[in-house]
Formats: sequence, structure tokens, C-alpha cells
Amino acid sequence: MVTPNPDFYNEIAANGGADVKMCFQCGTCTAGCPSGKETAYRTRKVMRMAQLGLKDELLNTDDIWQCTTCYTCEERCPRGVPIVDTILAIRNIAIQQGKMYDAHKKTANNLVKYGHTVDLNDKVKAMRASLGLPEVPPTVLANEKASADFAKILAKTGFDKLVE
Amino acid sequence: MAKYAFFLGCIAPLRYPGIEKSTRKVAEALGIELVDLADASCCPAPGVIRSFDKKTWIAAAARNLALAEKEGLEIVTICNGCYGSLFDAAHELAEDPELLKEVNGILAEIGMEYKGTTKVRHFAEVLYNDVGVDAIKAKITNPLSYQVAAFYGCHFLKPSKIKNIDDPENPHILDDLIEATGAKSMPRKKKILCCGSGGGVKAGFPNVAKAFTQTNLENMKESGAQFIVDVCPFCHLQFDLSQAELGFNIPVLHLSQLYGIAMGMSADELGLAAHKVPVVL
Ligand code: SF4
Ligand code: SF4
Repeated sequence: MVTPNPDFYNEIAANGGADVKMCFQCGTCTAGCPSGKETAYRTRKVMRMAQLGLKDELLNTDDIWQCTTCYTCEERCPRGVPIVDTILAIRNIAIQQGKMYDAHKKTANNLVKYGHTVDLNDKVKAMRASLGLPEVPPTVLANEKASADFAKILAKTGFDKLVE
Repeated sequence: MAKYAFFLGCIAPLRYPGIEKSTRKVAEALGIELVDLADASCCPAPGVIRSFDKKTWIAAAARNLALAEKEGLEIVTICNGCYGSLFDAAHELAEDPELLKEVNGILAEIGMEYKGTTKVRHFAEVLYNDVGVDAIKAKITNPLSYQVAAFYGCHFLKPSKIKNIDDPENPHILDDLIEATGAKSMPRKKKILCCGSGGGVKAGFPNVAKAFTQTNLENMKESGAQFIVDVCPFCHLQFDLSQAELGFNIPVLHLSQLYGIAMGMSADELGLAAHKVPVVL
């Protein structure tokens, strides 16, 4: 038996998603979804599960992570549902429960370590130098104070702990 | 001379520095002044980082926006991901005073404040709207005759409701920008299909990402394209790195690299050696 959780759609809205009751289940989103062509992911079904408050069922599937945020669905939705924001909000809720993939965790940790999602390796340094660019790009990577500031933001929001 | 704050992001400076270099050179040739947005971080990435924690995403984006605000400059990005994050964050912060206040509470930790005024632009859109196709044509010294697949990606035009750059279902501005060099933008099936790598799908489900990429490559090949021309280093990376495995061999250029070629710059200056699919001009 599934146990609907009527508070779930309020939680989605509080995390930056839509009022999922806006969706009238026409299926236009699923019809144009390129990810749905390759996988069992069905956008309309995610919206329906959100409406019914099937929180655990939704957070325990891969479905919400198969979306590339291409916005095709959102452009075509006759109800103007901000579908991508809604999927991202549901992902935020999953992450709060510690449901994260290792590959994503690695990217998130790069942000904590470098202020960027990828590192600066020696090969790229050499390439940059040969192009006449500074070896270290003029970002947080080149300024300790800026990098410390950036770290403070992640500490303040708790992101560093979240992805530990 | 039009002046902008140049936002580098991650993939261009740290994986395809030739995209950064050619953007600098092409901008100079077109009379656009790019001032480095010093001390900027990752945008942060709209896929993984925004999926993890919206508050972190928007606070870190606001720090980047505030750096540009202090300089009194519009931000220019060369990446759809950076454009998506920074544009969306700027839009939300301009529309929602409560959110802006909350974010400023976080920025206060580092003695910064964001007033909510920074405009975020994509380099391709700046070329089209601020420079103009005719002015670009006048700077082409090495007219091209290649057949090219224009790859828009997703976050350049969408969500169109807030970006309003072009028709997201049937766009033309990148085709026009490509054809300004003399190259021909070839019509093809499913031209607006995503590359597959966004939203954390490349990291989490690489085979799903590759299935998108393969469909794109099949349609590009069928169209007779000799090059793929993108406006996003992340799409660029996906197309460049996955072709060997998928059995394709269509070289990938960022728009700024195509422009570099058409303006007479050498392969060395454009950093084409970093590309995995060899670029033979
Ligand atoms: S297109 Fe919009 S209204 Fe239709 S099912 Fe999808 S989210 Fe609901
Ligand atoms: S944004 Fe996500 S759900 Fe919508 S069409 Fe694209 S992949 Fe599918």
C-alpha cells in the first residue's frame, strides 16, 4: 500500500518548485521529453506522484535524476507549469535525505575544493601557457581571499557539510 | 567600445582554454572590450549544484553577480550552463525582494551586497544584437565554405519566457551567425535536441547522455555537416569526448573558434590541439 503525503506538494513549493496542483495531467511534457525516449522516465507521472504526495516512492526512483533540464516540456506545457524548477526542488528534497549519487557528490565536492566543478591540472596549465593565457585563470583559483570568501558562503549555507 | 565583464566559468578555462582564447581574440577584432570578472567562481552549475541545494546555488551566483555590479558592467558568458545559472539567478533576485534579502544575509558574511541590477548576456547573443551580422561580415578576412551543424543547446534560448532571444522551437540566430562567415548551416532533423549532458545526467547516467548525443550525431552526419558549431563548452565537451566511442568523427568548434578561423587566426591560436576529435581545417 502506498501512503499519500499531502504535505509533499507544499514542501516542493517551499523548495522553489511549482504548485503542482497546476498540472492537469495532459501528458504534453512526456510526449516531447527526450529523456523519456531513452528511459522509463515519464515527466507527467512525476508530476502526478508529486500531486498525490507519494514522496518516498518518488525520492526512491532514478526518475527525477534522468532529466537533463532541457526545458522542452516547460516550453510546451499548456498550464505553464515550471516543470524544471519543480524537478530541481524534488531533487533538493532527496538530497536533504542524503539520497545522492557518487558521481554528483564528486562534482559537488569539487565546488567545495576549488570553487569550480573541475580541477586545474598540469596539462591544462601547459595548454593555457602555450596560448599566452595566464596558467591560472583569473578566478577564485588565482586569489586566496576570493577563494576563502567563496568557502564562507558554502559554510554559511551548510553545503560543505551536506556533501561531506 | 562596448565593454562587458567576461565570466569564464569552469569548462572553457579548465578543459578547452582555446575557447577562452579565441573569444578574447574575436572580441578584440570586433571592438568588444572584455574585462575579466576577477575572483569569480563556478556559476554555479545549474545541473548538479542547483539540484543539490537551491540556496547555495543562488547565493554563490549572487556573489558573481555582485562582482559585476561593483564594476558597473553587464556579464558576458560563453557557456549555456553559466548563462542559464546566472541569468535565472539574476531574474529571480530581481523579481523577489524577499529572496534578495535572504541572499544578502548570506553575502554579508563576506562583506558583500547585491543590489539586484546586473544584466547577464550570452556572447552569441551579444554578437547578434550588439555587434550585428553586417558588422561581423565586414571583419571576415578568410571566408569559409564549410557545411556546418548549428548546435544551440538548451539554456541559450530556454526558458524563452524570460530569455526572449529567439523562437526556441525554430531558432535562427546561431544559423545567421554561422552564415556570416560564409559557411552554410545545414538543415537537419531534431535540431533543438539536447546534447544529453545537462542536469547531472552526464555524470549520473552517462549512457543516457550518450544516447541523446548519438541521435544528434546521426542527424548531423545525415545533413552533410563537416563541423559541429556550438555555443557551450559543456555541449562541446560532450560532442568532442563521446564521438570516438560512438563511431563518429565530426570535429567540434565553439562559435568563437569558427569566428577565429574566419578572421584568419591559426589553429595554434585557437587551441584546437585540445580537441579529441582532430580538427583539420
Ligand atoms: S504538460 Fe504541464 S499540464 Fe500537461 S502533464 Fe505535463 S506538467 Fe502537467
Ligand atoms: S526538461 Fe527534463 S523532463 Fe522536461 S523534456 Fe527535458 S529532460 Fe524531459
